[in-house]
Amino acid sequence: MTALLSLKGLTKAYPGVVANDDVSLTIGEGEVHALLGENGAGKSTLVKMIYGLVKPDSGEMMLHGAPFTPPEPRAARAAGVGMVFQHFSLFDALSVAENIALGMEDAPKMGALSQRIRDVSDTYGLPLSPDRIVGDLSAGERQRVEIIRCLLQAPRLLIMDEPTSVLTPQEVDILFETLRKLRDEGTSILYISHKLEEIRTLCDAATILRLGKVVGDCIPRDTTARDMAEMMVGKVLTTPKRSGVTLGETVLELKNLSLPSPSAFGMPLRDISFTLQKGEVLGIGGVAGNGQDELLAALSGEMRSPPGMLHFQGTDIGKSGPVERRRIGLLAAPEERLGHAAAPDMSLTENAMLTGAVREGLEKNGFLDWPSARTFAENIIEAFDVRTPGPANAARSLSGGNLQKFVIGREVLQRPEVLVVNQPTWGVDASAAAAIRQALLDLAQAGAAVVVISQDLDELMEISDRFAALNEGRLSDPRDTDGLTVEQIGLMMGGAHGMEVAHV
Amino acid sequence: MDLSSINPILLVAALMSAATPILLAATGELVAERAGVLNLGVEGMMIIGAICGFAIAVETGSPTVGFIAAAIGGALLSLLFAFLTQVTLANQVASGLALTLFGLGLSALLGQGYVGIKPPRMPDINFGPLADIPVVGPILFSHDPILYFGIVLVACVWAVLKFTRLGLVLRAVGENHEAAHALGYKVVRIRTLAIMFGGACAGMGGAYISLIRVPQWTEGMTAGVGWIALALVVFASWKPWRVLLGAYLFGGITQLQLNLQGAGVAIPVEYLAMSPYVITIIVLVILSADKSAAPGSLGRTFHASS
Amino acid sequence: MIRFEKRPQPSKAFAYATPLLAVLATFFFGGLLFAALGKDPVQSIVTIFWQPLFGEFAFFYRPQLLIKGAPLVLIAIGLSLGFRAGIWNIGAEGQYIMGALFGAGVGLAFYPAESFLIFPLMVVAGALGGMLWAMIPALLKVKFGTNEILVSLMLVYVAEQFLASMSLGLLKNPEGFGFPGSRNLQQYPSAHNAEIIAGSGMHWGVVAAMIAVIFAYVLFARHKLGFAIRVTGEAPRAARFSGVNPGRLVVFCLGASGMLAGLAGLFEVSGPAGQVTIDFNVGYGFTAIIVAFLGRLNPIGIVLAGLLMALTYIGGDIAQSQLQLPAAAIQVFQGMLLFFLLAFDLFTNYRLRFGRTEVA
Repeated sequence: MTALLSLKGLTKAYPGVVANDDVSLTIGEGEVHALLGENGAGKSTLVKMIYGLVKPDSGEMMLHGAPFTPPEPRAARAAGVGMVFQHFSLFDALSVAENIALGMEDAPKMGALSQRIRDVSDTYGLPLSPDRIVGDLSAGERQRVEIIRCLLQAPRLLIMDEPTSVLTPQEVDILFETLRKLRDEGTSILYISHKLEEIRTLCDAATILRLGKVVGDCIPRDTTARDMAEMMVGKVLTTPKRSGVTLGETVLELKNLSLPSPSAFGMPLRDISFTLQKGEVLGIGGVAGNGQDELLAALSGEMRSPPGMLHFQGTDIGKSGPVERRRIGLLAAPEERLGHAAAPDMSLTENAMLTGAVREGLEKNGFLDWPSARTFAENIIEAFDVRTPGPANAARSLSGGNLQKFVIGREVLQRPEVLVVNQPTWGVDASAAAAIRQALLDLAQAGAAVVVISQDLDELMEISDRFAALNEGRLSDPRDTDGLTVEQIGLMMGGAHGMEVAHV
Repeated sequence: MDLSSINPILLVAALMSAATPILLAATGELVAERAGVLNLGVEGMMIIGAICGFAIAVETGSPTVGFIAAAIGGALLSLLFAFLTQVTLANQVASGLALTLFGLGLSALLGQGYVGIKPPRMPDINFGPLADIPVVGPILFSHDPILYFGIVLVACVWAVLKFTRLGLVLRAVGENHEAAHALGYKVVRIRTLAIMFGGACAGMGGAYISLIRVPQWTEGMTAGVGWIALALVVFASWKPWRVLLGAYLFGGITQLQLNLQGAGVAIPVEYLAMSPYVITIIVLVILSADKSAAPGSLGRTFHASS
Repeated sequence: MIRFEKRPQPSKAFAYATPLLAVLATFFFGGLLFAALGKDPVQSIVTIFWQPLFGEFAFFYRPQLLIKGAPLVLIAIGLSLGFRAGIWNIGAEGQYIMGALFGAGVGLAFYPAESFLIFPLMVVAGALGGMLWAMIPALLKVKFGTNEILVSLMLVYVAEQFLASMSLGLLKNPEGFGFPGSRNLQQYPSAHNAEIIAGSGMHWGVVAAMIAVIFAYVLFARHKLGFAIRVTGEAPRAARFSGVNPGRLVVFCLGASGMLAGLAGLFEVSGPAGQVTIDFNVGYGFTAIIVAFLGRLNPIGIVLAGLLMALTYIGGDIAQSQLQLPAAAIQVFQGMLLFFLLAFDLFTNYRLRFGRTEVA
């Protein structure tokens, strides 16, 4: 197999951290090559260098045997490198065709472009209507826009960054069919992920990064997931311990909870029902954009509900606000760390006051007790091993994992009766993620009820007693996680949304 | 009270003229806002345009050169705003206000030698016999060139935004500047150009007041018309043809209340003078529901962090 | 190539240094401006800044600092409550006028009776007038989501027309020989906002400004409402998560700033200005916006900024008469101050970096 892209000794440093340290790898033509690593391993930086967003400090890249130094993405695209980012660069208010035109160099006129979009989407099993407004599309459909945008430029190398985080299991299968077809046609794929089973199914070769260095490469088919995981993390993994579960009385009850969408591009909640018992962990899975944020907002009190839909220990709390709900013991931790769960430019002490005022007695007659808030923040920092010089530091100065530990820790230390978390370990390194999961389990062990909303099915299977899936604003019936198969989970998540298998 | 003294045909012709300064300024601001920038400095840019246009027209004897100078003056002043908001990442509301205050002061300084002077007149376009057609003649065929330019400008802006690549890129930057940046588009450059376009248009709008409407120079002569232009962009839901409609509506009310004052209507002068502003508020309220039409990144600061 | 990199923490050092840097830059460029106008730059700066404080007639000018500074500080404190929450009250000038009209109206309604109760009633009326005028944009924003910048601004023009109408109509002095304008409140003892300490310039408006500063300081430092305002301005989603009711906050911030602006109007019209005339308002409502930003929306900063702005007004007047410096030059000077402050504020949150070109 001839080499398509070869990287030799690439190094890139930022103040305080070496993102990539002497990284070398080779991708052949018609090869699906996985780039494995934890969050913070250097995968994003490496890929940004290939795509021309970042210039390496040293090292060289060769494409088709010739030196390759793209000064900007446009040059990379012209050389035949396409990239589908994890976070889509899409314009909600514009149409599919307009979005695609914006991502292309010499976009043809709208009429011709729309036709080409239809052709490509049919051929590769990714149906998409060019006139639809992107803001109305589901997450999986929006990924299709990104993919088709790349495919229209006939790339030799297609880079995909964590593509399956927004797909149901069935949609993943269909995506893999599309990728295999591309590979058979001679296109190479650089597949970034930390999902080991998927890599084993799809990829021909894998390079593993840890802390900026290449720590190994392997043939995924011939390697176990456990071995790859240990190469990624560098140590033997411990799975969180969940001791025997004794469930108490019902503490939270949702009955046909229905709420309209809060904004033009949001998701309404439709007839959501479940009960929650003390000591239980309920996992709610689902691809992003199916109502997770809205469900959290309905539970935290940011969105009020009509009477009769939400009961806490028998009392209807639909019209209580966040402060009231905290007072009775219903706490929440939203997905967005900076800007929602915490104010980025405010200190950790102030952020501790943000939600802790009610239950920690930090407010008396309207006046705030800052010294006690500081102590509370210090407690959180110590109990959850948050790496920061001190509570006076701004939230934005913490790394993602540390801030997440702080945000979750802040709620856990307030002794909730019910805690609802949304994507608790998203973008967090493995050890912090394990610590957070253990904290949630310990909380349930102590008698609280926990609802974990997450896109990470592995995580949910690990820590939940029961599992339900959120799809288009509807919640499936919760089922015991014991014995649940991937097939069943996929169907609960709604199967594949209007996709067909690739037409060869 | 003699309402019959109000001639509807002349009223329409007059309102088109009254609407032109707002139309020019609002169209320019629309482009800036579609690119995601909220520039509250319209009043400052208009008054700078008013004095630049006036001064240059007087010095060169040519009103046309005056208008060009007004456009340049407005664009230069808007560069200050672009610097503040795109380079030093200052808050857009405060920066716009700074621009207005600075513009008002600077224009007063520059205009000191020009009070009481009569500027060279810009003659109406001679359409020959067309202007004599009853009703249509006075309304459509008896105006100065800049008024027609204003209408053509609206049409051009509409066409560019809807049909060209430049328009698409500008709209994308205004919708989601992060995504536009990720795709490789130069957000700062595009926004700066949009801001300058807005400044040039506002400058011309101001010059229209000092060279054609009044025509003379007085300190602060724009009298808040720049703020009306801003309101207009909002209640036009950022669509060019609606700006034209809104400008004519506002021009109509302004002209009508002047005519009513002249006709001796029994409402005190001050209340009539209030009416355009009150009506602006009412229309704003009614149209507030259409918030979803606002460009997604409007007013938000963009900082490239690769 | 110059790049700006976001700091992990806002820099405290720069937060204090920025206003000083802005003042120095304005001195420099202002000096250039004066030179361009044919005036000696150093002499101009000295005339504007030194003379009122330490010059020959300083004993006359120093009280003027309080008289001109008090309304600026009073209004700016009110504005800072809203600005810190991202609620932009641009119509303080209109609330100032309405406060003056309500207050003067109440006072004149009692004429010629004398009672120590009249002035307090006028104060209440002034506060109410300003607050009600600010409630219009507040309620429209809460109920309909209408932009408060535009509504509050439109209402300034409406208020100015009301003022004209009142000066010529309802509040006109019947013994005024037909001239527009109300009775002179300075000559009506019960309604006069007199100096508390003669010759010091300290009238009740100054006292009110001091109280407002203390109130705002405590609010932001120790009270949950101040915290709610700060969080709403910095991270609105986090504020809602925390439990802040955005509608109530809008009503509070606009209501409070309207009230303070109305009070400033009342103290002015019953004190230094003396009577309700068509143009008794001199733009304090707009200058207060500069004061608020110059003071970095911080109560102590606003006091310093207010005194500085008052100084530029007074010094500007002196320069006008002594050096024939045009009045508009001072306006440009003030605009420059705000401009430089906004520009230098960049360094509080961003670091200068010289480096290889990255795609930006």
